[in-house]
Amino acid sequence: MTQWSGYFGLILQGALVTIELTLMGSVLALVMAFLAGLGRLSRFFVLRALATAYIEFFRGTSIFVQLFWAYFVLPFAGISLTPLQAGVLALGLNVGAYAAEVVRGAIKSIGREQYEACTALNLGRWQAMHHIILPQALLVMLPTFGNNAIELLKATAVVSLISLADLTFQAQVVRSQTGNTLVPFSTILVIYFVLALLISWGVRSLERRMARGLDGVRV
Amino acid sequence: MEWDWDFVRQILPTLIEGVKITILATLLGSVLAAIVGLGIALARRSPNRALSRTVGFLAEFIRGTPLLVQLYFIFYVLPDFGILLPPLVAGVIGLGLHYGTYTAEVYRAGIDNVPRGQWEAAKACNLNATQTWTHIIIPQAIPPMIPALANYFIAMFKETPLLSAITVLELMNQAKSVANTYYRYIEPITLVGAFFLAISLFSVVLLRWLEHRYGRIER
Repeated sequence: MTQWSGYFGLILQGALVTIELTLMGSVLALVMAFLAGLGRLSRFFVLRALATAYIEFFRGTSIFVQLFWAYFVLPFAGISLTPLQAGVLALGLNVGAYAAEVVRGAIKSIGREQYEACTALNLGRWQAMHHIILPQALLVMLPTFGNNAIELLKATAVVSLISLADLTFQAQVVRSQTGNTLVPFSTILVIYFVLALLISWGVRSLERRMARGLDGVRV
Repeated sequence: MEWDWDFVRQILPTLIEGVKITILATLLGSVLAAIVGLGIALARRSPNRALSRTVGFLAEFIRGTPLLVQLYFIFYVLPDFGILLPPLVAGVIGLGLHYGTYTAEVYRAGIDNVPRGQWEAAKACNLNATQTWTHIIIPQAIPPMIPALANYFIAMFKETPLLSAITVLELMNQAKSVANTYYRYIEPITLVGAFFLAISLFSVVLLRWLEHRYGRIER
């Protein structure tokens, strides 16, 4: 009889790495999403071009290729990353590019009258964005951000291929040590699914909290 | 390390072999996803509660877990039950099932978007269920779906490098084996990235055209 408790400990360690990666990747993705999303709406051509190039590049190549590029090619340019750094970088930049389009779409979806009201109240561009547009746009972005976070969680499985000991990697370890394939892979499938459910539940409750006091506002 | 064009010329034939498999996997996967998606969409509309609930949960589960783990599951776990699949077949099944759960949503939205009046008119004209579907609902539901379906097929194309993890000799795997043989990573991995970027930029143009052609149905 194999020592399942020890192997389960391994899987749990992997789950922690996966959660860590998801959280750090999401933070980077969020920052990049706002930088690039607002960049695409900028008045300045250079910013718009930079943001568009970033978005098209990272949406156009697959996450897997980007990860390998970050891990295997960057060292030749003198930048050595640990697997965790490469993973967070690739995941954050990749999902950030998708989320940037969400930011842009949400800001564009705010009605003209809101901008006109800002002008009428003599608010500056920054003030209008900060106090009027973004609070409303955030609510529009939130559900799609939740989907993006789940995509990011699912993409973290790829980092096992650059030898980062995440959930998928640990399952492979357990598989090679016990020769049993069904148990480790079923377990991690269920863990991934539960994590995805947690994310969607968290986003939904956040959405309810943020929607408070916005009754009657078009969302 | 410098970029070496001679090396590029030397490895190009191997990479092109990989491209063929990548494209083959994408095409077969797309066909399977289109069929699986339709099956899921129809099962979820079924009046049989047990069937629609079960299929709904399964689809949700597949969508919430990483494709990589599903591929491992198909490739490593199914042989325990006597189902031994060649890598490419396992890969195509994985891609088709995973993206089938996404295309199912496209079908659902497409079918729901056919106005109620059409169903009622079909009934008023005494058409039976088969006639209603083939002559009234499907012809109106399909065209608006085409851009969204194409979108998912392009996304699937970008996920094909994952098949290298279950030993399919597609583009990424060829690039990795070339890189490991000569210990030069810059050229192979960058070329893979460039290839995916080129196809994606091309597919953006294709999508725009599809949206223009089919996006809005004239009422």
